[in-house]
Amino acid sequence: MLKHYKKQSHEIGVYLWIWGLLFVFSFFSYMVDYLNFEGTFRWTLIVIFMLSKAALIMAIFMHLFWERYAIVNVLLWPMTLMLLFVGIMAAESEYTLFTRLFYFIAGS
Amino acid sequence: MNRSTLPKGWDGFAHDWAADQKVFKGMSWGKAMMWIFLLSDTFIFSCLLISLLTGRASTAVSWPDASVVFGLEVFGVSVPLLLIAIMTFVLISSSGTMAIAVKYGYEKNRKLCTIFLLLTALCGAAFVSMQAFEWTKLIVHEGVSPWGNPFGAEQFGAFFFMITGFHGTHVTIGVIFLLIMARKVWRGDFDSGRRGYFTTMKSDYLAIEIMGLYWHFVDLVWVFIFAFFYLW
Repeated sequence: MLKHYKKQSHEIGVYLWIWGLLFVFSFFSYMVDYLNFEGTFRWTLIVIFMLSKAALIMAIFMHLFWERYAIVNVLLWPMTLMLLFVGIMAAESEYTLFTRLFYFIAGS
Repeated sequence: MNRSTLPKGWDGFAHDWAADQKVFKGMSWGKAMMWIFLLSDTFIFSCLLISLLTGRASTAVSWPDASVVFGLEVFGVSVPLLLIAIMTFVLISSSGTMAIAVKYGYEKNRKLCTIFLLLTALCGAAFVSMQAFEWTKLIVHEGVSPWGNPFGAEQFGAFFFMITGFHGTHVTIGVIFLLIMARKVWRGDFDSGRRGYFTTMKSDYLAIEIMGLYWHFVDLVWVFIFAFFYLW
């Protein structure tokens, strides 16, 4: 059965490198909190480190780097579309906050 | 099907999807289905995290400061997010050992594959234990509930228990399956062709890679929870 399918067999060094990099990125994102960075700078750093870690895990540990584009596209496009959902809900939450603040004041 | 003669890249993408035959060439149905399941699980976790950010952004009350709520005192010095940082490093390490277990599985190295699967399960169990400690601390000592807490906005508890609880459930299920897989590898089921108890089918070391996909996904989700719940 196994001989028909592609084996994801790679050098152990690749995994150890990624393991190390994940430690480094996790340490960096912890330092973002430890050093009390604020505002847009903080959020940008958090997202950069988060996406770097996610990319390393998916590409190397989950072997997507070596898989065919047929499966890679099935996975990455729906995940990218979630950003649209994030955008919609960001606008929605701003409107909710506005109405709450408005009626807390106007209603009192 | 000889994979090396297939077109690669975008040509390969069009070729695979346009062909009147199976799309995911060279990939077992089990692995393809695990990926599809993980994609659907991505949607569930995305919904939970997006509702967290929506809830947090739309409340007029101040949000609890995670680095204080989840801080620990070590020898009289309070360190922010200490337990969460340790949990993060433990889960990443378990992902590393899992990747190595998959490698040794494909090399049919039963002993090392079993050892690394057990190490992965051990890290997972340690993670869940620390989470249980964290929940106990918050519920019993600090009075955090899904409908209120002493730190700020009341929604905080509901999001916390839902998101970390759902993730912890995934880790727990993963640990159980890691132990089952470790036993199968140790007994040599994938070499002897012994049939599975539930599936009644023969399996092979591909099952370890599929197990690995699930486990790495659990780690992947934690990356996002760590960023959006604990650091944001």
